[in-house]
Amino acid sequence: MNTLTICRKELSSYFRSPIAYGVMFFFALIAGYFFYAAVAIFIRQSLQSTMMGQSVPMSVDEWVVRSVLSNVAVVGLFMVPMIAMRLFAEEKRTGTIELLVTSPIRDSEIIFGKWLAAVALYAAMLAISLLNVAMLYLYGKPSWKPLLIGYLGLLLQGGAMLALAAFVSSCTKNQIIAVAGGFGLLLLLWVISWASSLDTGTLSRVLGYLSVNDHFENFSKGVLDVKDAVFYVTMIAFGLFLTGRSLESMRWRA
Amino acid sequence: MINVEGLTKRYARNVAVDHISFQVEKGQIVGFLGPNGAGKTTTMRMLTCFLPPTEGTAQVAGYDVLENPMEVKRRIGYLPETPPVYPEMEVVEYLNFVGKIKGVPKASLPKRIDDVMEQCAVADVRNKEIGKLSKGYRQRVGLAQAIIHNPDVLILDEPTSGLDPHQIIETRDLIKSLAGNHTIILSTHILPEVEQTCERVIIIARGKLVATDTVENLTSRLRGSETVAVEVMPRDGGMDFDIFTQNVRRKLEQVSGVSRVVQKEAKPGRASFTVESLQGRQIRPELARAVIESGWNLNELHAIGLSLEEIFLQLTASPKELEPAPAEAAMAAAEPVGEQK
Repeated sequence: MNTLTICRKELSSYFRSPIAYGVMFFFALIAGYFFYAAVAIFIRQSLQSTMMGQSVPMSVDEWVVRSVLSNVAVVGLFMVPMIAMRLFAEEKRTGTIELLVTSPIRDSEIIFGKWLAAVALYAAMLAISLLNVAMLYLYGKPSWKPLLIGYLGLLLQGGAMLALAAFVSSCTKNQIIAVAGGFGLLLLLWVISWASSLDTGTLSRVLGYLSVNDHFENFSKGVLDVKDAVFYVTMIAFGLFLTGRSLESMRWRA
Repeated sequence: MINVEGLTKRYARNVAVDHISFQVEKGQIVGFLGPNGAGKTTTMRMLTCFLPPTEGTAQVAGYDVLENPMEVKRRIGYLPETPPVYPEMEVVEYLNFVGKIKGVPKASLPKRIDDVMEQCAVADVRNKEIGKLSKGYRQRVGLAQAIIHNPDVLILDEPTSGLDPHQIIETRDLIKSLAGNHTIILSTHILPEVEQTCERVIIIARGKLVATDTVENLTSRLRGSETVAVEVMPRDGGMDFDIFTQNVRRKLEQVSGVSRVVQKEAKPGRASFTVESLQGRQIRPELARAVIESGWNLNELHAIGLSLEEIFLQLTASPKELEPAPAEAAMAAAEPVGEQK
């Protein structure tokens, strides 16, 4: 109940500030561009293959949907810090956090409510790219299952990234630091698996496992692997847990 | 209603609040007084469960801030120094949000919002964005927020800071009107505010409790001797003015019960003094008689009471001398008053 109150308040301030519109506008622009590029490449390739006399038609799922999904994930990486930056930093700067923590609600309700609002905005943003994909149905028949799983993956990945970025936001009063720190942390987790391609030691395997991107690969292929879902859910729990600790530390530090 | 026992807040390098103990009865307005950085805000934050105390206990309405924070939070309305408002929200919307998280039942919330908006005189801006309101309005919205759940205890951190004189008076009146139903603690470093709004004063300096008493007791306790301002004019301008001043001074010093005469700045042609009496002596009638009998014009004669401001300055300036006994405090109080206006 309190969680929903916080969530609603948070969402309404998103849509009253330019943040929501800015994020959605740029996402629509970039995701649209990627979609156009993917479709254009697909058309050229399939024309070429028909002319060369290959009878097997190319799969839209493989050529367009998968590429759109992984591109959307990358754009999401850039949008997440911007969505999460104000969650706590703003309230700490203006002092409204004092109102929240002196109210008879639990810290967990505050944190979960805020995270839920951020996820809702992220989902609204993803919905824009669904409009692009919906256009495919006018001309072809992409199967809906990989699409559904792909978007579920995007949402899980977004939730995990938002939880971590929310933690960064809770550590500072300054939104610029929150956005830069959040982006740095997420980018690090994104590319951390690149090290594991160099060798096969335990350390690099562990690092590879931490990558928020690698776990998305199965989702983008339309494969729902419990292992990957568990990873994202764990990340969400971990990020929100850290946020809770950070909120609590405010009490004995300042 | 509020019971504080040995409350201490220690940070890595300094002690912000050092073993403070006090009680506040139900329905009282208590002024929490101290210079900037004395530990007022820290104490209030501990009472509101924002900060945990390092040592000691604080109980609000019978609930301990450490053991039962939820119950305490339910019973406290808190207005921090800067009102915790969301600038992008409208007033009604904001109060609605706060009402919900403070646990006001949904059915009675709209009525409650109307009531507090009426009480805090913000009903005329109900649909305005808070960010576009003036400081005075924002402060009152902050107050409305603090009382929305009809708490037993109200904790107001410098409720009048940054307001213009007109708004200060309005806010004070508002606070006074809230007393009775609520127990109020308000912090301030503006002394007239305490004199005008509070029944009791708690003075702290450098984290330590310096005095706690009613305003009247504190004033009378520290006022050992009488201080009188006298202004005299020669009846005819013929005499040399310096000699005249000397004469007046000598005359005043001869009055029985006078301990000290200090000359003050005065307008040309007038001689002005502050006269201090010995402990427990009434000297005003004698002074008046002495001046009139000497054939001078008595322009002005009035007692200078120890204002709370002076008490406060003395208490916070040298807390070590004052702590042991009130008698000593009174002695110290008599000293620096002479140069006051």
